[in-house]
Amino acid sequence: MAVATKADFRHPTDDPLWAKIVIIGLVLAFLGLVLILPLVAVFAEALRKGLGPALDAVATPDAWAAIKLTLITAGIAVPFNALFGLCAAWAIAKHDFPGKPLLITLIDLPFSVSPVVAGLIYVLVFGLQGWFGEHLIDHDIKIIFAVPGIVLATIFVTFPFIARELIPLMQEQGVSEEEAAVSMGASGLYTFWRVTAPNVRWGLLYGVLLCNARAMGEFGAVSVVSGHIRGLTNTMPLHVEILYNEYDFVSAFAVAALLCLLAIVTLVLKSVLEIAQPDVKRGGGH
Amino acid sequence: MTISIRSVEKKFGRYPALNSVNLEIADGELVALLGPSGSGKTTLLRTIAGLEFPDAGQVLFEGQDVTFASAAARRVGFVFQQYALFKHMTVARNIAFGLDVRKGKDKPPKAEIARRVDELLKLVELEGLGKRYPSQLSGGQRQRVALSRALAVQPSVLLLDEPFGALDATVRKSLRKELRRVHDATGVTTIFVTHDQEEALELADRVAILNAGRIEQIGTPHEVHDNPATPFVCGFVGEANRFEGTVSGGRFTSGPVILPAPDAAGGAALAFVRPHDLVLDAEGFAAKVERVVIQGPLANVDASLPDGRRIEICAARDEAAKFSSDIRLSARRAHVFAA
Repeated sequence: MAVATKADFRHPTDDPLWAKIVIIGLVLAFLGLVLILPLVAVFAEALRKGLGPALDAVATPDAWAAIKLTLITAGIAVPFNALFGLCAAWAIAKHDFPGKPLLITLIDLPFSVSPVVAGLIYVLVFGLQGWFGEHLIDHDIKIIFAVPGIVLATIFVTFPFIARELIPLMQEQGVSEEEAAVSMGASGLYTFWRVTAPNVRWGLLYGVLLCNARAMGEFGAVSVVSGHIRGLTNTMPLHVEILYNEYDFVSAFAVAALLCLLAIVTLVLKSVLEIAQPDVKRGGGH
Repeated sequence: MTISIRSVEKKFGRYPALNSVNLEIADGELVALLGPSGSGKTTLLRTIAGLEFPDAGQVLFEGQDVTFASAAARRVGFVFQQYALFKHMTVARNIAFGLDVRKGKDKPPKAEIARRVDELLKLVELEGLGKRYPSQLSGGQRQRVALSRALAVQPSVLLLDEPFGALDATVRKSLRKELRRVHDATGVTTIFVTHDQEEALELADRVAILNAGRIEQIGTPHEVHDNPATPFVCGFVGEANRFEGTVSGGRFTSGPVILPAPDAAGGAALAFVRPHDLVLDAEGFAAKVERVVIQGPLANVDASLPDGRRIEICAARDEAAKFSSDIRLSARRAHVFAA
């Protein structure tokens, strides 16, 4: 019998070295090609003529308006979805009611529906020829081709993010802490704020960050309802498109780079959270 | 607090969890609900707690119908299987929770709550750990916190769901004694659920044995062990060798095995013999010793009958040498049930 070498003590599920190299190499090559390279290109294009023109492009009134609108939209959509996500996750994870599977499916709907369709839904409902079109005109309420439409479309597209983050977390935590609280005389609301919510705060924050990143970057649905009015209903992704179509590449890439930066900041925050709270997925505790 | 369970039924979907259950519990009693998993014991406990409501039947506390009263209204203290401590609160806040949620004049002043928390920490021997978080405690300590949290509201009845299930054997043993001590010190009527017969027999004043949603027998540990009412109880409580055979003329026969059955009616029957009721007897049936295991003062003997069936015998350690290879056995006592 041969003497056992170090290689014989590999972890039982370990793959041979060549397989590891091939697999990891493939992943890295793929990541580089479809993720890193375009990201680098965005910044390279933005800075092609130096930092000055790039900053100028971001500082134009139209760009500022787009940045502001993007922040306002995310600022409304994210808190709304946080509230909705908490309620939906609470109802689904902690309670049993008829139609629960249907509700779970509905929450996933925005993931499966094309964003363009999501935008069209709002045009059909609130647009000039839509169901409520005349009523809205009579009362001088503008939804489509205005800020409310953009916010609605963004909410629609991003609404599964926080609920999806919280549902498995709450399900895993079970209901015994809530039962304990209720058996000691706590009301439903008191139990929610003092027992349920603190247990999911990290998961909630994580969901909020993801939702925020997506809300700022949403293009398709917003594009349909926005009307592309410069300085009024253009969000950052739409502004990038307009600039690009006008062959103003430096400006287009400068705004795109800013959008990328916002996303990167969000992801960095997310990673910091994960390091600070190693069991963030489990909402803290043992 | 006396508790009466009257003809309680509960179904989950089409699966009956409780099937016409009746149970009377006296004030200050310590009762165990013992049964295999799926026997309905936890459902019964939760029905008493007000965490589950029956489809039919009544739950009475002190003669008062509380069938549909909330857990809080019943003033029960409930200890959950995995303790369900509030992870983000300190031990002291956990214990104080039931007092903190009270409103208006029912809420004790802060100093009073703090005093009560200290008192409870002392009762369960966790003094000085009030500022820790549950994640900083061992399993046994968490269990004690859960127990004192349940006691903080001065419950009319203390209910525990598999209280020692998640603990290792040594901690389990010491906490068992602890629960008995706390029960004796507070005098609160206590009901606990367990699947561990040793735990039930050691700790409880009375044991209710559940099987498939029914109570098979209620009695003192001594009664259920020595006079099992049904074959299920006989097989579930304590060790037993099981034989299928027939009774005639006060004797149970199963192949070569002959057992005393003085009171049994004739016909097909099931017999159970405790390992310690099998004794060496030159006149008895033959068996072949396969293995002798010494456990403390006892010798546990695995043996087989000529037809291949296996039996277990338990004897005093000093007797171990007598179980050499071929032995003859007879039973001092057998529990025989008509099949």
